[in-house]
Amino acid sequence: MRRSAYIAAAIFALVALVPLAGEMYWLRLGTIMLMYSILAMSWNFIGGMAGYPSFASAAFFGLGAYAGAVSQKLAMPMVLAWGIAGLASLLFAALLGLALLRLRGHYFAIASLVVAEVLRELVNSATDLTGGGMGLNLPVPRMASVQAQAVFFYYAMLILAAVTLAAMILTTHSKLGFGLRCIKQNESAADMLGVNTTFYKVSGFMLSGVFVGFAGAIYASWVHYIEPPDVFDVLYSIKPVVMVLLGGLGSVFGPLLGAGLYLSLEELVWRRFLEVHTGVLGLLIVLLVVFLPRGLIALRRAPGAAQEKPLSRVKA
Amino acid sequence: MSELLELNGVSRRFGGLRALHNITLSIPQGEIVGVIGPNGAGKTTLVNVVTGVHPASAGSIRFAGRDITRVRPWQAARLGIARTFQVVQPFPEMTVMENVAAAAMFAGSAGYGEEANERALEDLEFVGLGKSVDKPADSLTLAMRKRLELAKSLAMRPKLLLLDEVNAGLNATEVEHALDLIRAISARGVTVLIIEHLMKVVLTLCTRIVVLHHGELIAAGDPAQIINDPRVVQAYLGRRYAKAEPA
Repeated sequence: MRRSAYIAAAIFALVALVPLAGEMYWLRLGTIMLMYSILAMSWNFIGGMAGYPSFASAAFFGLGAYAGAVSQKLAMPMVLAWGIAGLASLLFAALLGLALLRLRGHYFAIASLVVAEVLRELVNSATDLTGGGMGLNLPVPRMASVQAQAVFFYYAMLILAAVTLAAMILTTHSKLGFGLRCIKQNESAADMLGVNTTFYKVSGFMLSGVFVGFAGAIYASWVHYIEPPDVFDVLYSIKPVVMVLLGGLGSVFGPLLGAGLYLSLEELVWRRFLEVHTGVLGLLIVLLVVFLPRGLIALRRAPGAAQEKPLSRVKA
Repeated sequence: MSELLELNGVSRRFGGLRALHNITLSIPQGEIVGVIGPNGAGKTTLVNVVTGVHPASAGSIRFAGRDITRVRPWQAARLGIARTFQVVQPFPEMTVMENVAAAAMFAGSAGYGEEANERALEDLEFVGLGKSVDKPADSLTLAMRKRLELAKSLAMRPKLLLLDEVNAGLNATEVEHALDLIRAISARGVTVLIIEHLMKVVLTLCTRIVVLHHGELIAAGDPAQIINDPRVVQAYLGRRYAKAEPA
């Protein structure tokens, strides 16, 4: 656990230096990378640890974005609005989890996918509060320059990503993380051994929702304007899953690695193959998944050791 | 001797199928009780009803003086009811140690980390798996997996242990070893209920036998009584068996 904490601290110290480069392009790309890292790490709580393939990220993201935006529209200070968004996602995840986590496998995946669509329609029709299909403008924060704004939102995402990673390290090395691993491997056996599976799954789902909600609210404040098709985009549900699979399912640093790799690929491919970039990107992902089924994190292990060596003891 | 487990008019239906019908049964503390009966008689359903996997459709169940008719499996586990499965159910990608530590932690109230590991090691040594603690659970042989199931059950610190065909698929030597283990567990004060098809095992091990047939309790009593009961002979043992082993 201490080792994970050191590695995490080193990574974030490096990433915190990016704004010194000063270029808007890198700031923008960095903020997006951090945002997707948060989404990927969050998905890891439910998809990687508990083995429940959730596609609810877009729902949490959009809910957070709109909760934050509406709070700001009602003259709430920005940071307080983010807090409300996080809380709203946390509560929503708890209620949604109680309902959906009774389903398993594909049934759960499909049900979670639909949630974002339902929320999108609700937001669309609640025109008075959310502006409906016209979208919602957010107040532009009063700061010295555009540059200062960009730096501010970069650090906001950075802090949130650090908190998410810390939560993941703590969870991995706790009874909660252990219980989730038991559920992933054999839920009925876990139940028989005294794991309160409902409580554990809902806790995992809440962890997978809360930070995404915060991220959605920060995103809304960052871009000043949101509309339902933007923040409830199904890609917010799918990309984090791909990132975690690329990086390494259930591992601590896999989601971070995967998010970095995916977005770097996307950025490079997009610039070089303007016409066919989604096709090329898809092909690259297929190749990576075929040749590295356990994700990038598996490269770290000794060559020839095809199977992941499990931890021999419960480590505190 | 006080009654540890009491079933009162317990029934369980699956749609139109009566898997258990009006079972009244009590199991005193400290005994080894055998459950026998033909396939489909409701033996495993009996275990599932007691552990809350398939709650009773009617009737009530009391365990150690409290009503457990409606408890969930994880609650039953924490109250002190452990069970093994007919088909063993380890966490395949975890080590043997982690498997048992999970049981100690979630049902046996051991703390996360070292305390759970120590308790796990104790129970693994008890069942003779002390040398395999670091192996992944799915690399064990069937006999070893059955012992792992026992170690997991023990780590839960149970008052009642429900064994569902622990000896199925084992050879004669392995069965002997398993019987020694079950006796040792019983000597620790754990009440044991064992579902078993090998009559030899039931007769040497059990202090009491319960016979199920078509979801109904057709006989209960000490071994000598049971193998001479005409209904049991008719439903399960067969006449030839009754003649071959007069008790």
